[in-house]
Amino acid sequence: MRIVLRGGRVVDPAQGIDQKMDLLIEGEKIKALEPELPSLEAQEIDCAGLIIAPGFIDMHVHLREPGEEWKETIETGTLAAVAGGFTAVACMPNTKPPNDNAEVTTFILERARETAHARVYPVACITKGQRGQELTEFAELKRAGAVALSDDGRPVPEAGVMRLALEYAKNFDFLLISHAEELSLSEGGHVNEGLASARLGLKGIPPQGEAIAIFRDIMLSELTGAPIHIAHVSTKLGVDIIRQAKEKGLPVSAETAPHYFSLTEEATFDYETNAKVNPPLRSETDRRAIEEALKEGVIDVIATDHAPHSELEKRCEFERAACGLIGLETALPLGLRLVERGIIDLKRLIALLSTNPAQILKVPGGSLKPGAVADITVFDPQSRWVVLPENLHSKSKNSPFLGQEMKGQVVFTLVSGKVAFSRRKIR
Amino acid sequence: METNFSHRHLLDLHSLSSEEILYILNTAENLKEILSRPIPKVPTLRGKLITHLFFEASTRTRLSFEKAAKVLSADIFNFTARMSSVEKGETLLDTVLNLEAMGTDLFVIRHPMAGAPHFIARYTKARVINAGDGFHAHPTQALLDLLTVKQKKGTFAGLKVAIIGDIRHSRVAHSNIIGFRKLGAEVYVSGPATMLPPEPEALGAKVCYRLEEALEGADVVMALRVQKERHGRKLFPSLREYAQAFGLNTKRLELARKDCLLMHPGPINWGVELSPELQDDPRNVILEQVTNGVAVRMALLVILLGGGA
Repeated sequence: MRIVLRGGRVVDPAQGIDQKMDLLIEGEKIKALEPELPSLEAQEIDCAGLIIAPGFIDMHVHLREPGEEWKETIETGTLAAVAGGFTAVACMPNTKPPNDNAEVTTFILERARETAHARVYPVACITKGQRGQELTEFAELKRAGAVALSDDGRPVPEAGVMRLALEYAKNFDFLLISHAEELSLSEGGHVNEGLASARLGLKGIPPQGEAIAIFRDIMLSELTGAPIHIAHVSTKLGVDIIRQAKEKGLPVSAETAPHYFSLTEEATFDYETNAKVNPPLRSETDRRAIEEALKEGVIDVIATDHAPHSELEKRCEFERAACGLIGLETALPLGLRLVERGIIDLKRLIALLSTNPAQILKVPGGSLKPGAVADITVFDPQSRWVVLPENLHSKSKNSPFLGQEMKGQVVFTLVSGKVAFSRRKIR
Repeated sequence: METNFSHRHLLDLHSLSSEEILYILNTAENLKEILSRPIPKVPTLRGKLITHLFFEASTRTRLSFEKAAKVLSADIFNFTARMSSVEKGETLLDTVLNLEAMGTDLFVIRHPMAGAPHFIARYTKARVINAGDGFHAHPTQALLDLLTVKQKKGTFAGLKVAIIGDIRHSRVAHSNIIGFRKLGAEVYVSGPATMLPPEPEALGAKVCYRLEEALEGADVVMALRVQKERHGRKLFPSLREYAQAFGLNTKRLELARKDCLLMHPGPINWGVELSPELQDDPRNVILEQVTNGVAVRMALLVILLGGGA
């Protein structure tokens, strides 16, 4: 099976390419990338006016299977992924039961083999039951196919336990992903401490709590020499600490989510439960600092923290509502807003969505070099659409962007050389 | 004075203009006369069904709403979470929709969670009045406090209002700060710093770490009920120390203006936030606040349910 993507603008940060090119796929691999390919015996896909990028890799999603299949399944979550241009997702371990042992990892990978539209990389727990006490069996989890470790949704509360985890991870070349939150400051909180907590009469979550936790884990990374990846950075204070660590040459990487550079705490002002998320939406100063960090390279990755919840968890009192919002299908247009506003260029956006997460997770993809896997995202940067429940492929519709117009939409997504998603008929 | 009151609900004072607040106060002043008639009852809201949804204990607010409804001849459902299907796990929304299906025209809701009235307002066709939600707002309490001050002082411009106590966890303080500021008064707050708002600039009140600074020259002094524990942490070491350091007594009130008003939303911990010697003090207008509470709630019921006063 051969496919030619013809006439598109190829943007591949890994090779420093941003120009009109033709791309040939043979089987599961990219075979050739040339300014102009001759006419070939192959399925032709006209990509004029479209952008061709290495498939996006979301290193932070919640697929809810096993245990909360009414919110999302591996099948529906990965369908939302390919609809949003993501050819691979790393799924967090706070399932029910949590992914703290090889059986659950194996189950997820088996379900992915049977039902998934995109590649699925399980992230397993750092501690048993995410209780923050005993380490999980890192060797077993690695053997079963976990790509990284995190207690996401909860931090590892004790520095001593986190130190052990970072040390032990070195034996298995495991990346630890830190959910940075100082629980004794955030407990009972529902929104950002500041304008939102004052206005809504809810206990706030101070930005300093995130900063303290980021600083702690960076210090532990320095102590142990093990790399650390900071998840969903939401604060200026956090960004400043990560910047300093990077200047010191520490092995730190970081991600943020589109809602932290697109929204502020104002989105919660009407007790809008779809804007309730942890960490909470922050101030305008924080939002700007996140933009700046994406531009400067202090933050390496845009990951969505796609967190589906049904109306059962969202159509209720704000304090009772679950934290989290879906993000797979709005990440690209929200990222493109940064490009349109001149904060970053397109190449940088693709690096944040594809090249960098591939390198940090050490997984295939992230480049369109001949020989690489044919995981490819083709999108129309001009296409306008409105975020409506019926336009979303995720089983859950908990988006704070419902009703908003977006610019930029995926046209084709190819995974392993096969069209996994298409908004156009292919002849 | 005629102002169009354009809101379907009364959820907080944030969304009201100063004109709308004054319109409510004026309506209340007009209706208050009914309460002193030999037969304090008018047919204005005959046939209307008002449902009280109380998910939290209340004496003054609940009975004051009940009295207001009865004076106006409305019918009342008194729902309390205890002994209801809420104990079987029925959700707030289902409870509301069921009571709406029985013909409720207006819900009066008191709920421990901030934003619960806003949440039900989004889904019900009936009107909603917030009778206190979590630490967020208690707009009818603030309105009755404003009415009391208006009657005693005539104007709000330039008044210094001091609110003393647990500001951070007080919906009464939050609504009063907004209400007094909208009408042109200055608001100073003081109390243990663990109970002062961490985001004072967002609230619009001046935070004083020295009690004297708040009391000095105040026209209105409002004490709040204190509770030692919040979220499982003790926010001050002992009630004894609180009374000594932050409790109001005759001596401390000397700092305020001679004609100041002493207010408290109730229930009072005598001997803690207020010294018992203030019970019979002429500056104490706490029971007048309660009477004004009925008038303000009558005004809101009439404004929201129409019927023409």
